Amino acid sequence: MAPALFHLFALLTIASAVGVVANKNAVNAAMSFLLCLVGVAGLFVQLDAYLLAFLLLLVYAGAVVALFLFIIMLLDTQGRQNWGFKKLSTFTSLVALGLLLTGLGTFVTRGQLDAPNPNAAGGVGAALKPYAYQLFTTYLLPVQVMGFLLLIAMLGVIVLSRKIDGPEDAK
Amino acid sequence: MIDFWSSLHPVVQGLIKGLAVIMVIFPLAGACSMAERKVSAWMQGRPGPNRAIVPWFAWIPFVGTFLQRLGVFHLMADGAKFLFKEEPVPGHVNKLYFALAPAIAMMPALTTVTVVPFGAYFNSAGEAIPLVLANVDVGLLAVFAVSSLGVYSLILAGWASNSKYPFLGGVRASAQLISYELSMTLSVIPVFLWINAPGTPGTMSLAKVVEFQSLPGFWGGTWFVFLMPLSAFIFLVSLFAETNRQPFDMPESEADLVGGFHTEYGAFKWSLFFVAEYSHMIVGSGVFTLLFFGGWNPLPWLPLADLVGWLHHATHAAWTLHPLFVGVLSLGIFLGKVVALIFIFMWVRWTVPRFRYDQVMKLGWQKLLPLAIANLIFYALAIALIQKSA
Repeated sequence: MAPALFHLFALLTIASAVGVVANKNAVNAAMSFLLCLVGVAGLFVQLDAYLLAFLLLLVYAGAVVALFLFIIMLLDTQGRQNWGFKKLSTFTSLVALGLLLTGLGTFVTRGQLDAPNPNAAGGVGAALKPYAYQLFTTYLLPVQVMGFLLLIAMLGVIVLSRKIDGPEDAK
Repeated sequence: MIDFWSSLHPVVQGLIKGLAVIMVIFPLAGACSMAERKVSAWMQGRPGPNRAIVPWFAWIPFVGTFLQRLGVFHLMADGAKFLFKEEPVPGHVNKLYFALAPAIAMMPALTTVTVVPFGAYFNSAGEAIPLVLANVDVGLLAVFAVSSLGVYSLILAGWASNSKYPFLGGVRASAQLISYELSMTLSVIPVFLWINAPGTPGTMSLAKVVEFQSLPGFWGGTWFVFLMPLSAFIFLVSLFAETNRQPFDMPESEADLVGGFHTEYGAFKWSLFFVAEYSHMIVGSGVFTLLFFGGWNPLPWLPLADLVGWLHHATHAAWTLHPLFVGVLSLGIFLGKVVALIFIFMWVRWTVPRFRYDQVMKLGWQKLLPLAIANLIFYALAIALIQKSA
């Protein structure tokens, strides 16, 4: 049962990820992205990382992709569907693909995975409390830095979206 | 019977349980749409739907006419009408997403039910075992995560219809749902801060919240609506916004957008949107009941266990302690509270005037969200002080 589910979700994730890149219609691409996130959440559930799975759904699938769709609808990209890849973007994506494949290759040939510990009670995120404890102790600095980055981004949005009517408002 | 059940494959067991719950929720949602018409009629001093009747029922004296006046047969008539009506699909729509949107509306609405406990029984050790399809640790988080996917049905319906009114409805819907999700999530955190006292294994399970509201003693039996009235209020207001109920009916707003996101829909697809909306209302009311109104406990300071004990004491009958009886009793109490809440939904519809769109946004971001954050900070400090001294 579990391998079948793994293959199902893995296939869904990869197929929809390809769909995001290959689709020319922006709404189709966004919906493929949504499916991709659902697939990844399914994989997380299989790893007993329920918290990560549901946070991924709640934050990314529930809010971020909805905002993407919102923007796509507002900009109305229907009129200019047929723009292709620029030379520069094709080149950089090929370089990125090469790097990714090299990384994967070295991981497959030389990487070592620790044998799974049979005594471990599920993965990180199976139970909420140890996970939260880690966030507030070991990973406190990264959490704070991320929060600070988000705060800066939020301030930037507020500054950019402020209406400027006259020269005295621009101060 | 039990042997046969245990011999089934777990997947088959899950399927049967899931189908059983859907077979209750789906007609219940349909019945809510009927109740909506009838309750609206009563509040406006008119009889409401009171004509349809099946011929054989008309021959039953009193009961037949009573059911006719109550309008129960309109439910069947409406359902049959939606099924057999011609399905109009306008030529200018995006066919795939147009057909997909009502299905996407139904899926999250019915999926969230899996983690909502709807009753309890006592095992031989006297422990309360919740009746729930999947008693997972993340409980409420799963409800929020899956129900947040419901927004896609409104966005896609509005976009795929490819005309102005549905598009405006879809844009308003996505903005409204995302705005009120924040306040809703923040408003329930105090409840979980309170039940996850230091030294207890942390959980977000809804059944645990009810367990805390059925403890003995004055503080144990207090429903959380008395401990955290502001949280309950913020949650309820956000629930109205999340289910697109008046006064927050921006996605639909019959008055200025014809029908909002579902303007181009008809027949069964249209009715699916409504069944989904009422399913969301039922699940949302269920979660509200579990969090703030004691779940399946009949009264504040009167847990289910005490009620069953009294019944057993009064009747001396063995069946009062049977898990089946206790389960059905708790289910009845829980559903009674949910139905009462749905009545309040309809009551508010005819009491509070609907907001303008800018008022909805202002209320969500400038009033409700700061209130929810202040509420969270206050309860975080208060709970830290109380649990430290205890």
